[in-house]
Amino acid sequence: MKPAAAAWVLASGALFGFGLALSTMVRPEVVLDFLLWHDMGLLLVLGGGVAVTFVAYRLAPRLMARPWLGGEFRRHPSEMGARTLGGAAIFGVGWGLSGVCPGPAIAGLGTGNWPLAIALAGLVLGAYVQGRFFGGDSP
Amino acid sequence: MSLLFVATGLVGGMSTVFTTVWSYFSRAPYFGAPRFLESRAWRLVYAAGLVIGAAAWLATLGVPEVTRVPMWQLAVGGFIAGFGARLSNGCTAGHGICGMASLQPPSMLAVAIFLATAMLTARAVRAFA
Repeated sequence: MKPAAAAWVLASGALFGFGLALSTMVRPEVVLDFLLWHDMGLLLVLGGGVAVTFVAYRLAPRLMARPWLGGEFRRHPSEMGARTLGGAAIFGVGWGLSGVCPGPAIAGLGTGNWPLAIALAGLVLGAYVQGRFFGGDSP
Repeated sequence: MSLLFVATGLVGGMSTVFTTVWSYFSRAPYFGAPRFLESRAWRLVYAAGLVIGAAAWLATLGVPEVTRVPMWQLAVGGFIAGFGARLSNGCTAGHGICGMASLQPPSMLAVAIFLATAMLTARAVRAFA
């Protein structure tokens, strides 16, 4: 990775982390309130994120031959199948139990909300068990 | 994620970093897949950015808080979410934002499913705990 690209990736991550904190998505209490339909504010966060990213994904490859810092515009196709959909069902159970998903668990290291490190350890361990024992033939 | 894509062309989901960090420590074949090895460096940088951004929020607008969600829920829920997100190859960021923003049917269905199971689980926990 070139230094300029690395700096940009770091800055993009920082903006994402700042946004997750500002939007209160880093607070498990707020996430659980959303899942219990007490406070639907996070719907705006998700909707806003999708809308802005939708525009970028659509327009950038049309207006530019390649990304500003070089490389190419990637696509990350998701596959229709039991792993994608079954995994999503399992992920939801864990998210509904803890109120923590991957982005906020990582950003939580920066907000001083230390118990989120426990959820982060769980996420990393869960990823290990998946990859080690349930990786399948083609990752 | 928009800025990441416009400048570098990368699709910035979050949960894959939990798999790619293991590629540094484990020899299990799954972790050595090319798509994990080639993305593991920028994913770590991206994750470091998240921590820095959240710390910047704390230093400026933020109010410190310690969650009251019981530790067993954080630990067990985290484990289940980590396993599920990696099996599904996406989480709230990967399927929820990147997948939906690129109008991919499997991601849209995945989002509907994890929102449903998360709401049911949160309700069940509230009822029994």
